[in-house]
Amino acid sequence: MAARVLVGVKRVIDYAVKIRVKPDNTGVVTDGVKHSMNPFCEIAVEEAVRLKEKKLVKEVVAVSCGPQQVQETIRTALAMGADRGIHVEVSGKDYDTLGPLQVSKILAALAKKEEASLVILGKQGTFASEVTIDGDKIKVIREIDGGLETIKINMPAVVTADLRLNTPRYATLPNIMKAKKKKIASVKPGELGVDLTSRLEVLRVEEPAQRQAGVKVETVEDLVGKLKEAGRI
Amino acid sequence: MAVFERLTRLKSTSRFLRYTTSLCPAHPCTATARIQQRRVHGGGSETPSAAPPRRPFSQVTPADLDFFTRLLPGRTITDPDVLESSNVDWLKSVKGSSEVLLRPKTTEEVSQILRYCNEWNLAVSPQGGNTGLVGGSVPVFDEIILSTALMNQVLTFDSISGILTCQAGCVLENLSQYLEERDFIMPLDLGAKGSCHIGGNVSTNAGGLRLLRYGSLRGTVLGLEVVLADGRVLDCLSTLRKDNTGYDLKQLFIGSEGTLGVVTAVSILCPRKPKSVNVAFLGCSSFENLLETFQICRGMLGEILSAFEFLDASCMSLLEEHLKLTNPITESPFYIVIETAGSTPAHDEEKLHNFLDTVMASALVIDGTVATEETKIKALWSMRERVTEALRHDGYTYKYDVSLPVEKIYDLVTDMRKRLGYRAKSVVGYGHVGDGNLHLNITSPMKDPALLAAIEPYVYEWTSGCQGSVSAEHGLGLKKRNYIYYSKSPEAVTLMGDIKAMLDPKGILNPYKTLPDSVR
Repeated sequence: MAARVLVGVKRVIDYAVKIRVKPDNTGVVTDGVKHSMNPFCEIAVEEAVRLKEKKLVKEVVAVSCGPQQVQETIRTALAMGADRGIHVEVSGKDYDTLGPLQVSKILAALAKKEEASLVILGKQGTFASEVTIDGDKIKVIREIDGGLETIKINMPAVVTADLRLNTPRYATLPNIMKAKKKKIASVKPGELGVDLTSRLEVLRVEEPAQRQAGVKVETVEDLVGKLKEAGRI
Repeated sequence: MAVFERLTRLKSTSRFLRYTTSLCPAHPCTATARIQQRRVHGGGSETPSAAPPRRPFSQVTPADLDFFTRLLPGRTITDPDVLESSNVDWLKSVKGSSEVLLRPKTTEEVSQILRYCNEWNLAVSPQGGNTGLVGGSVPVFDEIILSTALMNQVLTFDSISGILTCQAGCVLENLSQYLEERDFIMPLDLGAKGSCHIGGNVSTNAGGLRLLRYGSLRGTVLGLEVVLADGRVLDCLSTLRKDNTGYDLKQLFIGSEGTLGVVTAVSILCPRKPKSVNVAFLGCSSFENLLETFQICRGMLGEILSAFEFLDASCMSLLEEHLKLTNPITESPFYIVIETAGSTPAHDEEKLHNFLDTVMASALVIDGTVATEETKIKALWSMRERVTEALRHDGYTYKYDVSLPVEKIYDLVTDMRKRLGYRAKSVVGYGHVGDGNLHLNITSPMKDPALLAAIEPYVYEWTSGCQGSVSAEHGLGLKKRNYIYYSKSPEAVTLMGDIKAMLDPKGILNPYKTLPDSVR
């Protein structure tokens, strides 16, 4: 039976908030902007907690990389049912340049250190829409272009969550209370042997081009005329 | 005819006799209540909420259409398909037969329309978002519909004072979005925000979900521009917080349901957008516990409390059944939605968590969840905001919106359930418990006169017995006009009639609404 599941939870700008580019085009405005757990990470946490409730895994550990504030995000995962949390401290310039490569190295190091059999993450990877544990293998049904594919994989394994995997639960008050007592350990990337230097440099951040307003026409003749004008016909 | 009258008088007498014995012993039977009882059965209609006979207004002639088409080219609508939706209310409970829908863009156009209609004795039914729940927003017969749909411009916004001036046809949600981009919010919020117009909100003195915190429109509206029945434009569109020069005329029009004048522009005081909003959704095992939770909430959350709403288990079943919403917490007899709004997230969260700790520890609350992210907040609010929608799917709905002493609010629901038994499909209670306002709703598979007779006037007598209001925020419109005496004295109603006669001598503005048939 798989012992430990590691779940990555990322603190991101709340997806209902309108994103604004900084006036100097170096990035997006994050100061004073509402942040919350990436919705796909919520789905990942939900899946991990369900596996625990089905007694297929023993412990769920929530991990997040970033400054002090990410502890809130870890607390949310704990309130949803994760057992303990790990806060990988990354702040300031390092946090601004923290990219997928560094995070994956951190998670890999942690997975080894914690002896995690399964790592569940939010989107981009293998899009799992159903996960079950069968003995010492994991059966995953994933969505591909042609339909659904069922695969059996050995552990340790990394699975990423698709939208259709589950509907995350609301964290209820009794659990929110309990979560306050759960442990969040802090660890530095250096202790995991990970070098945070980024090989990418952000040159410029811009808003996508504004969508041009459409033009209303009164008659079919007008429409044909406009299409001809635009060189479309 | 005589037999019928005798029967009704017998019925009223026997109901009167029942009234003295069947009500809760806690309700004293007052003399006024007896007079009210008799006065309701006057009119010329078969029930007090049905339409009276058509008054002798003129009918629309080709010459009239000619005038309107010249005044509002392309905005004088006579197409029956387009008119269809404007002739029926949101509840699909009343239907008019108007043949003309006018869409002015400016106050001047509204003025010209009313001057013409007043001269030629044509009745007019002003219409905003058509989300009213008492049949006040659609014509009863062939009244001309005067729609504010195209009067949707924001005129000015002062970001220092927070005073917004806009035309009456601005949709509430659009105004909210406009303000939120500028770090402000509207002082009112209701489930109908996606469709209702601010002019309509003002004309019905809409309450909504934020009244607990920001007060009513009577306080937040600073000025109005109104077109009177004869076309005169009354410019009271001041943007001053304080102005004690003469009678405060705008208060006459707020809540007058379009019967004293047509609101064409509004200036309203808007609060700053709170930096920190939290919503808690809690479950209580009894209404007593709910009320105690409210007390504690008031004490511990104090100035950051911005909404306190409730719904019962029957509402939750309807939300689950018809809208496929999931209950965020364990099933409970009562649910509370609490919203806090403040300027410092850490401070508010600490207060909120202390409050939640207290009510959980004392078992006043059996379960709950909290949200700080916008999407989760919207999801929790929708449990309360979409009850009206769920009811519509459940069948024909009888809606009652009453103000009662807070401790008695749910007694009315339990009483009605007992009284109606199997005759009703669902009997639910929900609403602005923080404001003492209950929304009692009863459904049946289809319109059922026998059920209606069991509900009315019992529900109004019950309310009147506690000195409550038979219409807390929905207004009287068509359906409740004749029940006004349950909450207002005859002298008050007579004076209202005098004011109506002075401002609209021909009675062309939204006839058959708000004032009872006996006044005219």
